[in-house]
Amino acid sequence: MANSLETYFANLRDTRVWRSVFRSGTGATNLHRALAVQQNVFLHLSSVKIRKRSLAFPVTWFLGTLSLGVFAILVVTGIPLMFYYHPSVPQAYADMNDLRFVVSAGVFLRNLHRWSAHAMVLLVFAHMFKVFYRGAYRPPREFNWVVGVVLLLLTLFLSYTGYLLPWDQLAFWAITVGSNLISAVPLLGARIRFLLLGGNTVNANALLRFYVLHCVILPLAAALFVAVHFWRIRKDGGIYSGEKPNHE
Amino acid sequence: MSDSVKKEANAAECSRRQAFVKLGVGSLCVAGTGAAVFGYEFLAPNVLYEPSPITNAGKPERYPLGSVTQDLQSGIYIVHGPEGLYAMSAVCTHLGCLTAWKPELGIVACPCHGSKFRPDGSKIEGPAPRPLTWLRAYISDEGDLLVDRSEALAQKQFVRT
Repeated sequence: MANSLETYFANLRDTRVWRSVFRSGTGATNLHRALAVQQNVFLHLSSVKIRKRSLAFPVTWFLGTLSLGVFAILVVTGIPLMFYYHPSVPQAYADMNDLRFVVSAGVFLRNLHRWSAHAMVLLVFAHMFKVFYRGAYRPPREFNWVVGVVLLLLTLFLSYTGYLLPWDQLAFWAITVGSNLISAVPLLGARIRFLLLGGNTVNANALLRFYVLHCVILPLAAALFVAVHFWRIRKDGGIYSGEKPNHE
Repeated sequence: MSDSVKKEANAAECSRRQAFVKLGVGSLCVAGTGAAVFGYEFLAPNVLYEPSPITNAGKPERYPLGSVTQDLQSGIYIVHGPEGLYAMSAVCTHLGCLTAWKPELGIVACPCHGSKFRPDGSKIEGPAPRPLTWLRAYISDEGDLLVDRSEALAQKQFVRT
């Protein structure tokens, strides 16, 4: 049985269609393995080869990978939630309650989205601390640290914009307080608040703007910066796995 | 073609190229500025469908002497003190939460970060940087008490009945 499955896959990999998609060819040589990564648009963001010790748990605690995984969960759970949610007043609150009490699996998706959002903030912070305390931000990785800071801010802003969407009392007052914090920006504060809310108070315009930011602009920006972040790991010499042994 | 002529031609070509680069960069700058202005104008709404800042608080007789009345809908207090009626915004000067009148304590308190105010709006304690905002109140031709929430008073102003 196992043998026939193996043959089946071997034959599949030999078909013309498969070969046209994966042009690196079959085989278990280093060259073939390297080509498989290098010729794939998604995989090629990462290195073709990686040091074994940089995959050890103590090096990263896998915090960056976990952040990416949680981000993927947020995208996958967020899109179905959009099918039942109208970003309008007062429909938004009713839709949120429908998701909790009426829609099949709605409460699961909503809670998974919410818990993952909390987890992502936690994980991104933890990732940042881990990188900082290991000194992995040092040259040649300074720029990737900056990209990471942008990703942290995007995470926080995603969290903040998502907070308004249930349109309950907690959401309303949290965004009222948060948008008044923005007014503290020198000179431009009041104007930024006005643009962000699309008005003087947290209202229908604010809900719609936060929805667009939360569902379109910020996730796209995050995906873009994640791509740069991963690309730079590769370009900056792979995951920082500590000083070279003969260096000390 | 002699070498010197070729060189001259090259120099002319170079300066022409530089001129085109300048033109390109310049037009990009103009387009970028235009897009920024355009974007800002687009994002700043010209018409707002928000409630009118002027709110009708009813007949002044509704507010007996010594009373503090909160209207949750409009977010204002109507206070009838010894000097007359006055209106204050119930919005906390700290971060914009709606404060509440506590009749049993005789103070205004904010639920968000614990600021406390006296009935004349002055601060007792808490993170609020300023006293509660006094709002312009006046009697309309129909005899109703109107409060303009868009106008903060610099000085105390009372409506005598």
